Amino acid sequence: MKISLNWLKQYVPVNIPTTELAEKLTMAGMEVEGVTERFQYLDSVVVGSIIEVAPHPNADKLRLCQVSIGEQIISVVCGAPNAKAGMKVPCALPGAILPSGLAVKKSTIRGETSEGMLCSEAELELGIDTSGLMILSDNPEEGICLNTALNLADTVLEIDLTPNRPDCLSFIGIAREVATMVDQPVSLPEINLPPASGRITDHTSVTINNADLCPRYTARLITDITVGPSPFWLQDRLLSIGLKPINNIVDITNFVMMEQGQPLHAFDFDQLAENRIVVRTAHNKEVFTTLDGKERLLNDTTLMICDGEKPVAVAGVMGGMNSEIENTTTRVLLESAYFNPISIRKTAKHLTLNTDATHRFERGVDPDGTITALNRAAQLIAEIGNGQLIDGIIDEHPLPSSANAISLSVTKTNKYLGTDLNQKEIADYLRSVEFKIEIKNADILSVLAPTFRVDVSRPEDLMEEVARLWGYNNIKTTFPKISGVTNLPNQSSQIKDQIKDVMAGYGFSESITYSFIGKDACDRLNLAENDERRRLLEILNPISEAQSVMRTSLIPGLLEAMHHNLSHQIKDLKFFELGKIFISNGQAQQPTETEMLAGLWTGSRFNMTWHNKPVSCDFYDLKGILEDLFHSFGLEGISFSKMEDALCSYTKAGHTAQILFNDKPFGLIGELAPIILNNFNIKQPAFIFELNINTFISNLTKTKMFVPIPKFPFTDRDITLIVDNNVQAGDILAKVGFFKEKLMEDISVLDVYSGKPIPDGKKSISLRIVYRSFTETLSDKQINLVHQQLTDRIIQQFNATLPV
Amino acid sequence: MENRIEQIKAEALESVAKAIDIEQIKSLSVKYLGRKGLVTLFLRNISQLPAKERPDAGKQANIAKKELENAFEKAFADLETKTKNDGFNAIDVSLPGRPSPQGTLHPITHITRRICSIFSRMGFDIAEGPEIETDYYNFEALNIPKNHPARDMQDTFYVSDNIVLRTHTSPIQVHIMEQHAPPIRIVAPGKVYRCDSDLTHTPMFNQVEGLLVDEHVSFGDLKGVLEAFIHEIFDEQISLRFRPSYFPFTEPSAEVDILCVICRGKGCKVCSNTGWLEVLGCGMVHPAVFENVGYDTSQYTGFAFGMGVERLAMLKYGINDLRMFFESDYRFLRQF
Repeated sequence: MKISLNWLKQYVPVNIPTTELAEKLTMAGMEVEGVTERFQYLDSVVVGSIIEVAPHPNADKLRLCQVSIGEQIISVVCGAPNAKAGMKVPCALPGAILPSGLAVKKSTIRGETSEGMLCSEAELELGIDTSGLMILSDNPEEGICLNTALNLADTVLEIDLTPNRPDCLSFIGIAREVATMVDQPVSLPEINLPPASGRITDHTSVTINNADLCPRYTARLITDITVGPSPFWLQDRLLSIGLKPINNIVDITNFVMMEQGQPLHAFDFDQLAENRIVVRTAHNKEVFTTLDGKERLLNDTTLMICDGEKPVAVAGVMGGMNSEIENTTTRVLLESAYFNPISIRKTAKHLTLNTDATHRFERGVDPDGTITALNRAAQLIAEIGNGQLIDGIIDEHPLPSSANAISLSVTKTNKYLGTDLNQKEIADYLRSVEFKIEIKNADILSVLAPTFRVDVSRPEDLMEEVARLWGYNNIKTTFPKISGVTNLPNQSSQIKDQIKDVMAGYGFSESITYSFIGKDACDRLNLAENDERRRLLEILNPISEAQSVMRTSLIPGLLEAMHHNLSHQIKDLKFFELGKIFISNGQAQQPTETEMLAGLWTGSRFNMTWHNKPVSCDFYDLKGILEDLFHSFGLEGISFSKMEDALCSYTKAGHTAQILFNDKPFGLIGELAPIILNNFNIKQPAFIFELNINTFISNLTKTKMFVPIPKFPFTDRDITLIVDNNVQAGDILAKVGFFKEKLMEDISVLDVYSGKPIPDGKKSISLRIVYRSFTETLSDKQINLVHQQLTDRIIQQFNATLPV
Repeated sequence: MENRIEQIKAEALESVAKAIDIEQIKSLSVKYLGRKGLVTLFLRNISQLPAKERPDAGKQANIAKKELENAFEKAFADLETKTKNDGFNAIDVSLPGRPSPQGTLHPITHITRRICSIFSRMGFDIAEGPEIETDYYNFEALNIPKNHPARDMQDTFYVSDNIVLRTHTSPIQVHIMEQHAPPIRIVAPGKVYRCDSDLTHTPMFNQVEGLLVDEHVSFGDLKGVLEAFIHEIFDEQISLRFRPSYFPFTEPSAEVDILCVICRGKGCKVCSNTGWLEVLGCGMVHPAVFENVGYDTSQYTGFAFGMGVERLAMLKYGINDLRMFFESDYRFLRQF
């Protein structure tokens, strides 16, 4: 909300510097976001003295003026009829920006140079006269700025109000707060109603059908008014806070709303059928045209202000075209009402129509403030619009507000805040912001909040007031007494951190990508129709199509990241991301959130340096990382098995392994399929993996157990087997594991080879088997026997032969 | 014959003394002591000497052999030591080493850990919660009823009427309090989502939430804990202030500002010329929130706080563009 200091000073003397005021407001919870000098635009508008006026050689209606601006005489082309030598007028110099947004610059108008612009008062927003140049009387000095010449100064504060303080959405509201800061009383505008005639009840009536939505409706009637532009002082007030003047009647309702915080509405009384008001809800699908010319589709919860026949306004939101104040209007029915905040908010949401009125009503206006605002506006309308006030007020008040006193304990307040204030201090602070205090006993105060403080209902609300007024920064800093108990060890976040550390240790950089992706991501990943990851949770109001569903895989994010980097000439990438995926259980349910780890490796295996020949990374580079990851966490029961070709979607068939934990799927690793590279516009091979981290974490053994270091030496034996090409080395290793040979300590693959002299369709696999006993040094004889048995079984199981 | 062996020995010792590398010693060793070496041959030829000369010659030759063996051995060892110590066969140490580069953690991870570790040392546990929440946990339980203007403070992504992307980490407070009785001390990091995307907003960002509930917790305690935190994460000297604000789930509510780390309070673009930077929101837990989780408000009080991780990361690292956090640009990520 904008606050003009000149306007504010009408209600409270501001005897402190603006910066101090802004600081104090901020520290009282009304954050001042900006401070601007309203007339700064006049810095480039100077007092000019017209020396000579000559006709423009090429235009009848324009004239050529020589204007002295102090040390210099400039030529200005001017169209004003009243330009005359000897006049002192405002002259906007190149660089000036006028309130209309017009930027003044040196230009050529019909062949003549114009080095500035002579202005009317309306052009400078200093008056309403548009007919000719503004004449500066009192002979101001040539060349000085107009704000100095006219002694114009106003500072405008931009205040960011929190939703709990609707009482501050007005000048009087802010004045009340400022009053406590400068220790001065608020002076409220005096309301002197002009002499009234007749009786309002003879002319009109108000019927409220929905008391819960409209607890109070007050109205006055003013006749014989003249609608026209507002006087300058009124326009100036509105302009100072960025409101556009419309006509005197509408301007007054806006002025009073800004002053008092109570939104008002003026109806053209002669447009009201049967000259009466009915407050009721709309019919479903009823259509109504609001003041802004838009047709609005209503429903049966929308509260409407109607006349004897039809709706004339959406209550508390916006008036209707059909009862708008026109230049011909002579009788005005003025409304000042209290509407149910929730009802107004629902309507504003439903119509997506937020106005100054809804902003105040939905936050809560003073339920007892209707009459004051009504009278204030009625007085101004009668004065400014030359109207005749009709005697009496219509005050339909079916649901009076009830204010309950709050009981506040001084002891509890001090304990809660960590303060040491006495009863008098607390009472004084609350009184300073117009709370009524009754002292019950040495500890208890009974506090009645003013009706405009709709945010106060509990003792804690009062404690906040006390803290705010005493000053948060005056509260002594203490430290809580921490009891020794802690009951929430969270291992999973610790393990996730460790996983990240390990991945970084392997040279992978952590990436965080958006949790939302485009709907087309499943198609781009080539997922099967029945793939679980097609169960997308959709966002109803996404930022864009590309971020319209929650991700069901981390892979698209990593591929986008890869694409981004490739397009910036970075071709060697090692990324990982640890984050959640979301599998929908229907839009009305929370999805299943699963923590996943995904990694991507593309480009070189090593950094390109003088030591290495360029080698591309491959499947086994990435697999090695995973194997070591599992090993370093002591996760056992992991196996990699060939992913069936038909099940490969975004990875290449024959180059993909399913990662199993106790034979259940737990992740996958593979090379990206060419079609996926294409879909993501990527032009180099990449290897990826994905792991379910929930499974990972829940299956970690709690503590590692020490295995004694062997006392006896090991002996190893190598064997080379020739097997069919389709035999998987992992199967051999797994099988040997199943043999559970006690003396075998380890088995590893030394070499894999196909080609001459190995027959076509076959390959050789060399294995190294390590033997050791925990109780003795094994003799060659013992080892040979075991080795022979073991290899015989392997040969038999895998239909292998020995090399010739 | 005596002279002959003495001559060989003298020759050999002279050569050894002149030798400058191990290869020379080796070949001298072969020349004199090898299978066809001069000393070996001399010894072999002793049998052809007259019988009475043989014992002396043999003795002398064996002494000479021993002496030479020792000399070679010593020279060998000396040269070996020399080679080891004197940079023999020097390498170009100026060539870059063979890299084995570490990866990097995301700046958000670094800062989140920093925050959590500071609070951990103050006795706070780490908690987590779902990112997709029900309206109840994200709003209602936190004293933000439907149709409350406070809902405008956060632009919410909706999945359906009742399901939202959490707009803050505060729902974790409610989950934790529902599951555990006081005392509670948690910090809860996590992603949050708001329907807002421009230069200073990304639709996803990270927060760390904090909650402490116990008997006799005061606003002064809240100040103490957060002041200690700010001093540790920024620096011991930094000025800070508690400014009244509004959150529906705390009362009183405050924002914590630090003196702008860029301009030191003079006013600059980063602090919008206010000289202060807002770094976290906090307050005493609203009694309505305690009522919603069934805590006895006459026995327990507590405070809660929340902060944006990106904002702290930007200030700590001097990052000036929020969007960089989620672009995964390697040139960005590799800096942390």
